[in-house]
Amino acid sequence: MKYSTIKQFLLLTGVAVILSACSDNDDNNGANVNNDDAPTITSDDVVMDYQYQVTVTNLTHGQPFSPPTLIVNTGAPLWEVGQPASLALEKLAESGDSSDLLSSFDQTQATSVVSTGPLLPGNSVDLSLSISEQHTYLHLLTMLVNTNDAFSGLTNLDISELALNETTIVTLGVYDAGTEENSELAGTIPGPADSGTGFETQRDDTDKVSVHAGVVTSDDGLLQSVLTQADRFDNPAMKLTITRIK
Amino acid sequence: MNKTNFLIVSAFSLTTFAAAAAEIDVTVQNTTHAMYFTPLIIAAHAMDASIFTSGQAASSELQAMAEGGDISGLESLLSGTTANTISNPAPGLLIPGAAATATLSTDSANQYLSLSAMILPTNDGFVGLDSWKIPEEAGTYTIKINAYDAGTEANNEIVSMGSGAPGVLGIPAAPGMDAGTGGLGVTTSESNATVHIHRGNLGDDDIAGGNSDLSNTVHRWLNPVATVTVVVK
Repeated sequence: MKYSTIKQFLLLTGVAVILSACSDNDDNNGANVNNDDAPTITSDDVVMDYQYQVTVTNLTHGQPFSPPTLIVNTGAPLWEVGQPASLALEKLAESGDSSDLLSSFDQTQATSVVSTGPLLPGNSVDLSLSISEQHTYLHLLTMLVNTNDAFSGLTNLDISELALNETTIVTLGVYDAGTEENSELAGTIPGPADSGTGFETQRDDTDKVSVHAGVVTSDDGLLQSVLTQADRFDNPAMKLTITRIK
Repeated sequence: MNKTNFLIVSAFSLTTFAAAAAEIDVTVQNTTHAMYFTPLIIAAHAMDASIFTSGQAASSELQAMAEGGDISGLESLLSGTTANTISNPAPGLLIPGAAATATLSTDSANQYLSLSAMILPTNDGFVGLDSWKIPEEAGTYTIKINAYDAGTEANNEIVSMGSGAPGVLGIPAAPGMDAGTGGLGVTTSESNATVHIHRGNLGDDDIAGGNSDLSNTVHRWLNPVATVTVVVK
């Protein structure tokens, strides 16, 4: 009895080995897939030893994301709750533009890729990056564009322990950059709900990054708001499926 | 005992030891203030099966569960796979604060845990867990899970008898008996046709009119909406 149990177990174990070799990545839905983006910052001096694929899914009901920006570097957080946002983060959170953030890195110390366009609710995009061994900290940022200065993302995730073909799934909430008052007023929101102004240098809010409290919207009593009930969101707002493919 | 023997016999396959059949207790607690869960469906399944995937359109079986609490379609979908499934452990409605426990004997191929139940009163909101990897090691594990919108029905927030049938607009019931009437409807359209994180009920403060039949001080929530405790024996 004992031996037959073991034997059966071994057989099933063999099946499991095959299954796990098939990777955990079956939930890429194929919708809106762009994986042909070229890395915008690379170095000729380093050997590209590792390759990662990050599938970004917009889990909100109605908040388009600015082009998701993926960065892998040698480490250091791009923001911290309770601390003021950098100017580059302010620009991303108020306008969706990540170009300042990308140019703020020493180009030998970072590799990055920006999605070719906005990521609409319910859609996914695949981003892939080849990196050298010393670049093992992953950051991903995007603005929720129908807000004043909300962003979602993660910073400084150490991916050095991820084995070949191993997948990790992370869901992420929404932060408030704290650099622009959440007035929801016409003219202040860059997304399609308003097509207003994005980045402004003036900081007229708490000047600290915090967890976002959500949008109020005109349907919920903020009569001046250009947002509607369809723009509301709860956490998490985004799903990342990170796989080491090389 | 068998496990110990197995370790001695073939230590090389340690990493695949999750393939063993297991017995697990799954407890789901409704942690919301005033929202109700319809009968739960809980399944241990293989990697290629699931109940839902965020960012993808709902199956018609998921739609029936999310709009009317009917889990029979999901049951038959899962019975066509190798899944080990338990239905309606509460039994009936899982009221705010209450917990229900299901004991599952999982076959060796079924290493992932999923569950779902409709949230009332909502149009097509549901509490869900998608393909959580059941740990190999015996112990107690806690997961906080979220409210999803199936993306199959406009969230008009009007309570209407008989609207639990798939494709019939409205909220089939407000079990707390605390909903209003006469709402005009919050919206008639749903722009996101995939399973996504629920944006929450809007509600209003007019029990005999307004746009919503729901109350803006009662029928709201923030994620997470449930705690799942898994005991691997």
